[in-house]
Amino acid sequence: MPPVIAAEHLQKRYKDFVAVADASFVVERGEIFGLLGSNGAGKTTSVECLQGLRHADGGTLRVLGLDPLTQARELRRRIGSQLQEAALPDHVRVWEALDLFSSITPGGRDWREVMEQWGLTDKRKASFHSLSGGQRQRLFVALALVNSPEVVFLDEMTTGLDPASRHVAWDLVRRVRDMGTTVVLVTHFMEEAERLCDRIAVMDAGRIVAEGTPQKLVSGHARYVTVMFSADAQDLTWLDAVPGVERVTRHGARVEVRGGGAVLAHVAAALVAHGIAPPDLRVEQPTLEDVFLTLTGHDMEE
Amino acid sequence: MRVLFKMTWIEIKLLAREPVTLVFSFALPVLVLVLLGGIFGHERMDTGAYAGVAMMDWYVPSYIGLVIASIGTVSLPVHLSAYRERGVLRRFRASGVSEAVLLGSQLLVSLGVACAGAISISVLGIVVYGAQMAVAPAEVALAYVVSTFCFVAIGVLLASLAPTARAAQSVGLLLWFVLLLVSGTSAPLDRLPSWMVSLGKALPLYHSVVSLVDPWIGRGTNWTQLAIVAAVGAVATLVTLRVFRWE
Repeated sequence: MPPVIAAEHLQKRYKDFVAVADASFVVERGEIFGLLGSNGAGKTTSVECLQGLRHADGGTLRVLGLDPLTQARELRRRIGSQLQEAALPDHVRVWEALDLFSSITPGGRDWREVMEQWGLTDKRKASFHSLSGGQRQRLFVALALVNSPEVVFLDEMTTGLDPASRHVAWDLVRRVRDMGTTVVLVTHFMEEAERLCDRIAVMDAGRIVAEGTPQKLVSGHARYVTVMFSADAQDLTWLDAVPGVERVTRHGARVEVRGGGAVLAHVAAALVAHGIAPPDLRVEQPTLEDVFLTLTGHDMEE
Repeated sequence: MRVLFKMTWIEIKLLAREPVTLVFSFALPVLVLVLLGGIFGHERMDTGAYAGVAMMDWYVPSYIGLVIASIGTVSLPVHLSAYRERGVLRRFRASGVSEAVLLGSQLLVSLGVACAGAISISVLGIVVYGAQMAVAPAEVALAYVVSTFCFVAIGVLLASLAPTARAAQSVGLLLWFVLLLVSGTSAPLDRLPSWMVSLGKALPLYHSVVSLVDPWIGRGTNWTQLAIVAAVGAVATLVTLRVFRWE
């Protein structure tokens, strides 16, 4: 079965600014695919090209086997879009927007169901301009799903949501995937990518710099774990000889040992052999954030 | 069709929720008619093709044209470019709203607003200033539909060309004033210097006005003027289809 989305050598320039230099990736049916990167990495431009909202300057794009430019009309019936920068008329009401958008693609779900699922039923008669940031965000996601799309594009979906609603939104997106919809998630939010995505492409300066499951990215690109404990012993130089240890740093009584995957077991055994049993011995696994830093040379805020 | 009607109905409700947006296209022409009625209301045209016609019999149908022109030069361009500026058009497009639905709904809403304007102007002119009833209402209605089509096309074209809603407003108001002054919708045509009359004839409102006045005062449909108005509308539509921007 061909992939739901195939992007080959996608390129897009705005005047003299290169938004997407060269990006290739595929999205398989039924997965939550994350495009992770900092602001300006080219994520939004890439998905807007996939949705036929922008003309790519180069490369081949296929979404559900369709060309997003020449077959935009058919494509838009089969995809859902939650755009990062968009609005509705100030005085339009929640139910009116859902009713209108669901009428565009006949045969979709009942919009009342989508409204209920995304917690908008209480606000059904509220006008758009009276909604809070989080409510607007949920409305846009609901509008993206109201035509029962085969693929849904969610661009910075949880921006403006408080932590509790964010977790609710993640659960709902998993449910959307479990119902068979492929999800393309654009995010600069590490935790969201790590917890929600089945597969991630890390984007930096208009290129895909890594791709894989969150676990694979972490194990493949962050080779070190950090073992931490407190010890009063003066001389710990023998730690350098423990198998797997790369570097030992001390801040007073706090000791940090960086090393390969098996270092925890070796360090623990060596400590016990030297008569030290620190009660606060713990290991810190590398996170996607470490991977991002390794891959791009900067953290998300830069 | 269902989408078109839903969109139109929502746009009508939006107007009703924010009636201040109607002031320009609806209330201003009525106000100007009252003022002009006070100045020229009891006079007749002196010279030219309409010599002897009571000024109010000219003004009432021509102000139906002015309402339509107000929609096309100011209300519609400002409305649509504000939609574009705020990302509303972007949102519509991404969800598969077609050009036909978007522009069709604007045409239907404009027909409604122009119709309400036409009725209030007619009632005011006939009841307060003693203007005559339309001699051939159906033919006037035909001219009203053709004129609305023409000015909606112009309005969408202006919205496509204007970079922002503010720009649309400034340019539209300028255009509206020029149209108001040279199209026989302010000082009577026979009192304008000839260059103004020529300028008026080069712009669409003059032709709309004549096509509305003629059947109103019993001269029947002026097919030549109607054809000019329709042609301007058709050209504006064709250009719009090339330059229309969703964002």
